[in-house]
Amino acid sequence: MVDTITNPPARAAGPARAPRPGRVPAGRARALIRRYRLAPYLLLLPSMVAIALVLLWPVVQVTLYSFQNYGLPQTDGAAPVQWIGLGNFTATFADPEFWLALRITVLFAAAAVTLTLLAGTLVGLLLHQLGRVMAGLVGTAALLAWATPPVSASVLFYWLFNPDGGLVDWSLARLPHWLVGSTNWAGFNWTTTGALPAYTVVTVLVVWQGFPFIAVSVLAGLKTVPAELLEAARVDGAGAWHGFWRITFPLLKPIFLVLLLLSVIWDFNVFTQTYLLTGGLGNRDEFNLSLYLYDKAFTFPPSYGLGGALALILTVILLIITVGYVRASVRQGALS
Amino acid sequence: MTAPTLRIRPPSIRRPGPRTRARAVRKTKTFSLNAVGVLVALVTLFPIFWMISTAFKPSQEIYSLTPRLLPAHPTLGNFSAVMSGQASGIGSVWLFFRNSLLVTVSTVVLASLISLLASVAVARFRFRFRASYLIMLLIVQMIPGQALIIALFLDFDRLNLLQSLPGLVLVYSAQALPVSIWMLRNFVATVPRELEEAAAVDGAGSLRIFWRILFPLVAPGLVATSIFSFITAYNEFIVALTFLGQAHSDYTLPIYVTFFFTRGGAEWGPIMAASTLYTIPVVLFFLIVQRRMTAGLVAGAVKG
Repeated sequence: MVDTITNPPARAAGPARAPRPGRVPAGRARALIRRYRLAPYLLLLPSMVAIALVLLWPVVQVTLYSFQNYGLPQTDGAAPVQWIGLGNFTATFADPEFWLALRITVLFAAAAVTLTLLAGTLVGLLLHQLGRVMAGLVGTAALLAWATPPVSASVLFYWLFNPDGGLVDWSLARLPHWLVGSTNWAGFNWTTTGALPAYTVVTVLVVWQGFPFIAVSVLAGLKTVPAELLEAARVDGAGAWHGFWRITFPLLKPIFLVLLLLSVIWDFNVFTQTYLLTGGLGNRDEFNLSLYLYDKAFTFPPSYGLGGALALILTVILLIITVGYVRASVRQGALS
Repeated sequence: MTAPTLRIRPPSIRRPGPRTRARAVRKTKTFSLNAVGVLVALVTLFPIFWMISTAFKPSQEIYSLTPRLLPAHPTLGNFSAVMSGQASGIGSVWLFFRNSLLVTVSTVVLASLISLLASVAVARFRFRFRASYLIMLLIVQMIPGQALIIALFLDFDRLNLLQSLPGLVLVYSAQALPVSIWMLRNFVATVPRELEEAAAVDGAGSLRIFWRILFPLVAPGLVATSIFSFITAYNEFIVALTFLGQAHSDYTLPIYVTFFFTRGGAEWGPIMAASTLYTIPVVLFFLIVQRRMTAGLVAGAVKG
């Protein structure tokens, strides 16, 4: 309060008027900021420093490592860092494990993205149709799935699909025969039997955690669709199916495009869930690109060069998708 | 009101007219939609229910050949094993709670402050690199943690910031910035400029305008933004896993649960108890801020 009383006179002599000669440096700095329009840059400075140091500089470094024989002897100073050209990349492309990891990553992303978008859109449409109370119930349930931390969710799904006492194997063994039920399911090990069962679990998990975001976004989009348009279509004899594809979908296309690209980026990157559900780094034939990279970089003996090459490959793939995402966002007027 | 109608057209009253039929159709539709809704809600909630249910079961029920939905003899044994530290062997769950809380709160405060400054710049000024800056944020936000982790690990090792909570706060704050700024700028843009101009006319300096006028009005937006930095810090896995290594006493909750889980000879009762305790705060937080969050999601993700 004291502040309020004493300050205005001091400020009145400040930068708004012509700067008096011999004023305190603070005032001169303010005048400089105003003259050169430095204010926005000063406001951006902390964020730029943080982003540059933690997010941009490491990309530069990793790019450098990817052309070097960077490993433990080099970090210890026991051996010099040498430039080895494309050595890390040729080694990577010659490794069958890399191609397996790439295949797993792409197939998993395709399955998970499709199912997440499908489930999310259906729930979004459902939420739009439901009354207030029911929409609140479904929305809250979805929110809880979304809010569950990935580590909790992964551990939980590991337990659900556990061969020893897990609920899924128990239930599958008791299903009727015509519904894939068979006693062979008892004790079936989902996480170590190969990539297909392991990634089935990962897919179920990722869809469970991912559909709420899609549903909420689709719902928000649906609320912008004018009801008269759908009414007009119904008068013209279009059913719900046609109404969706002829009116709702075209109007929501930009949202779907953004959601599609975001989902692809997320599912291409999955680390936490695959790390935990495929048993740490224990099963090499169940690596996706992220696990493969992590294993190369940190499993003894670490090779930061190989890891760097992989990080670069992953980043480039994702940047290509991101360019699509940015263009879609800009077209939606996101920069205005 | 119905009596006169009855007298005039007695035969037609029993047959359902087109309107009653439409109402019946609508009723069936509402009913089946609600049934689907209940089913979706149940399926979605089931895994969480199972986690909590397992956490309260004694171990002979957990490994029983006929699993039960609810524990027959509910016990707090799993929770007390987790709280005493006896179950994990590296300390009580409260220690890791404290670590996670410290990291999360520091990240939220730091990221909110920095992104508020940046979003004011982006929302209030037109300057040369504005569009490039915004696009840079969009791109940077997509760089995967796995791509950064090698260089971050080596840098933070040199700076002696591995195996420390401040190191994590630094990384998390920076990671939270792009989304926070992108979201917050929408909120700043909705604050009427006239308010600030009026204050300036009354002689208030920029700092005062910022704290007394802009800040209170943007506060709801800050809450929405904080949710995202909160999730970033509270859920983060790969950086904490890599940085903390064997520094057990610095583990955050996700690394503690992971340690517990990968140690071998998994005991599901205590693990589910630990996951439940880890999950409860974030779920409660989300339920409280649910409405704001939906607004934030829409502002930040769909529009951006």
